[in-house]
Amino acid sequence: MKREKIIAAVLMVLALSALSSLAIITAFIFKEGLPIVAKVGIGRFIFSSDWYPLEGEFGIFPMIVGSLAVTAGAMVIGVTLGLGCAVLLTQFCPPRMVAVIKPSIELLAGIPSVVYGFIGVVILVPLIRDTLGGPGLSVLAASIVLGVMILPTVTSISIDALRAVPRAYREGSIALGATEWQTTHMVVLKAARSGIVAAVILGMGRAIGETMAVIMVAGNTLELPHSILDPVRTLTSNIALEMGYAAGDHRQALFATGVVLFVVIMALNMLALTVSRRRTRRGRA
Amino acid sequence: MKWLAVIGVAVLALALLAMGWGGGQGAALNVVGSTSIQPFAEILAQEFNRTSDFAVDVQGGGSTAGLQAAANGIADIGMCSRGLKEDESGLFQVVTIARDGLAVVIHLDNPVADLTREQIGRLFAGEYTSWTQVGGPDRPVRLITREEGSGTREAFQKLVMHKRRIARRALTQESNGSVKELVRHDACAIGYMSLGLVGPDLKVIRVDGAPPTAEEVLAGRYPLVRPFLFVTKGPPGPRARQFIDFVLSPPGQQMLKREGLVGSQ
Repeated sequence: MKREKIIAAVLMVLALSALSSLAIITAFIFKEGLPIVAKVGIGRFIFSSDWYPLEGEFGIFPMIVGSLAVTAGAMVIGVTLGLGCAVLLTQFCPPRMVAVIKPSIELLAGIPSVVYGFIGVVILVPLIRDTLGGPGLSVLAASIVLGVMILPTVTSISIDALRAVPRAYREGSIALGATEWQTTHMVVLKAARSGIVAAVILGMGRAIGETMAVIMVAGNTLELPHSILDPVRTLTSNIALEMGYAAGDHRQALFATGVVLFVVIMALNMLALTVSRRRTRRGRA
Repeated sequence: MKWLAVIGVAVLALALLAMGWGGGQGAALNVVGSTSIQPFAEILAQEFNRTSDFAVDVQGGGSTAGLQAAANGIADIGMCSRGLKEDESGLFQVVTIARDGLAVVIHLDNPVADLTREQIGRLFAGEYTSWTQVGGPDRPVRLITREEGSGTREAFQKLVMHKRRIARRALTQESNGSVKELVRHDACAIGYMSLGLVGPDLKVIRVDGAPPTAEEVLAGRYPLVRPFLFVTKGPPGPRARQFIDFVLSPPGQQMLKREGLVGSQ
């Protein structure tokens, strides 16, 4: 009995230490970042487009737009391809093909992000510059690179979600005369919705937080983008580009950029969760 | 009792090891700062370490970080690739180890060969949007700049832009290497970088009529020149003095010249 208790206590300490690292990180970036937000004013910090840190102007609006644009683009590409792939592999594909395709997609997760960025710069950017115009370094290039990067996350979690749907649902639907495709999109995808939303959220988290590959292909300008061929700077790139040199207010402003990133990610996650919950409830009613 | 003894010995051994490490680290001379100077300082340190009785350890981090490290005593010598600002200059004792030209670079296919500082300033401020405005072909201008805080950027800002701001639409790259890579492949591009690192794949523009060569820099005709500085907090210690003396000696200066820099005098 005593031993059991000790083991439980040890496990509790381990679990709490993981949680406490989250708490410490949160407390630290807020402590470092909030003073400058208070000094500049939260409205000006978020909605001003003037980022001249050495002259004391800190406005990160273009970077917020940049992060959202690049993430949205990545979701369009990553979720379309990933979900399509997951549906194919779970519903329409002979097991032997699954055994080849699934591990290959998961292999994508093992490629370091700097390699994605490099391939983007060497192949994708010149291709966009020569065929579509613009500088090549663009929202589009970053979206494609990130879309491919989140593919393994979205695909494998969606596959798990689709596989978790009881066979009886599918068989019942087919027995009622529905075709395979009708069964898939009206029954199986609906039943797996919450798992698919989880896949999308995790993919989104990875896309918005990615730094290295984005710095290499996004161009890092300070201007608001007007089309997907325009370059942008994301919140993460801003921190990574300037952290090495920053001191004083500039450094605090970069931590504040981190705070904004933190809030944006939290907000997106919460939005996605509530949307999925509301739909499920309505589906049941 | 036996166990206690074993643990005691282990702790003692670890403590001794840690002290040994600490001592070893204290023996190296730390040189920290500008990533533009870093490759040159590493070459110098390698040569210096062959004959010296203590090691010189070179690290990057950027000019501003180097100044901070020197001010805090973390680094024995800070490296800075721009002139010191007013609030910084009182804190340090400064030695100019070399000078570096700032090259304005374009694609090899771009026929423009000669620009004034005023024209370059207007280009980077975003006032000119087509190469025709400076006598070039009918192509848009694509600006490529360095990140805020970079010594190269600050030198460019001071020498060319003065009070003007670099346009927001300028693409920002984080190293001389990636500026080079972009300009090399884009016929619309213009960028700036360290003259010592240009290489044969780029076209370097004549500024105010002076070609960007080491001779012109030395003669004072090429206008875009920045100092490479070693700074110390107060007078340098004996070991820092020894390394600085080596860098300023004829063999040290010769090595820097061979790598594409211009001597300190």
